[in-house]
Amino acid sequence: MQLALDLNVNEVFFWKAVAFAGTPFAINRVVLLMIFASVLCLAFFFLGSRKGAIVPKGFQTLAETGYLFVRNQIAIDVIGPEEGPKYANYLAALFFFIFFGNLLEIVPGINFPVTSRMAIPALLSGLTYIIFNFIGIKKQGFRHYFGGTLFPPGVPKAIYIILTPIELFSVFIIRPLTLAVRLLANMMAGHVLLTIFFIFSADFVAFKPSLPLGLMTGVVGAVLIVFELLVISIQAYIFTMLTAFYIAEAIHGHGEEDPSVSTEHGLSDSPVDAAARAAA
Amino acid sequence: MSGAGLTLAAGVTDTGIKSLAHGLVYGLAAIGPGVGIGLVFSSAIEAMARQPETAGTTRTTMFLGFALIEALALIGFVLAFIV
Repeated sequence: MQLALDLNVNEVFFWKAVAFAGTPFAINRVVLLMIFASVLCLAFFFLGSRKGAIVPKGFQTLAETGYLFVRNQIAIDVIGPEEGPKYANYLAALFFFIFFGNLLEIVPGINFPVTSRMAIPALLSGLTYIIFNFIGIKKQGFRHYFGGTLFPPGVPKAIYIILTPIELFSVFIIRPLTLAVRLLANMMAGHVLLTIFFIFSADFVAFKPSLPLGLMTGVVGAVLIVFELLVISIQAYIFTMLTAFYIAEAIHGHGEEDPSVSTEHGLSDSPVDAAARAAA
Repeated sequence: MSGAGLTLAAGVTDTGIKSLAHGLVYGLAAIGPGVGIGLVFSSAIEAMARQPETAGTTRTTMFLGFALIEALALIGFVLAFIV
């Protein structure tokens, strides 16, 4: 489709370097925005914890609610009440960096999520990969961690011929890959969607005499912003939760149910068990 | 027009077929995950309605299943750019 708008679409997606051009440390708009997201993340917690009042007010409430959400809903719920709080800081940093990076997608004037460039999801996912493998080796021992992951106990020996390659592939290759690709593809899809709607809107309204069509794409684009806000929060949540899940699996062993979760609601004491005990 | 010995009908170009492939790759990749995500959410809603006291655990597991299935659709999305 030929746009009447005089615009090179590539310039919307690729930028020239601002500084240090030609070196591996070239800085372009993406890098500047990434630094901006980190500063936003730092400022959020710095302003939130500056006063440290016992009865929190205003901004402190917001920061504490955010941190407690990650600590209670993700770290403790997934990893467990004993080990969970240790990893809450990493998970909270991950959650808020991804959230602010994603949020730039719908900030007017910026309209670019830094997480839609592979470098950033890949870095975060690589960090998680190193951390959960390190924790697995440290907590379970090298032999037990890899043995338990690649040769899950309680399976007939012949099944290992099929099971071990699948486990190797899914745990050590697919996991970090999908973790990065999930975030990247979601944010890139959202960015492309919004860009297409608003470029067409501008094109139709300003350069082609088709006001109704332009208004239609504009309104749909505005609705999509709200939808993207949902995607932004869910992706930050899912990335953090999967990281917590991988760490929990490295701590507790492959496929083992965390006992603290199932007994939390008193579900382990089923009526059948209770009746059996009463009979005995 | 010089595909592997194929003669294309008049008006059909390589670029056109490529665009069609982009759409098909993502469209076909979305079918399975679409059904799968529907099943995950329907089962989770059912579980939460039956046992509201375990809603927290169910929600966590639901998002986990959702994320793992969604990855398949997203691999299709990325492949559409590579094709």
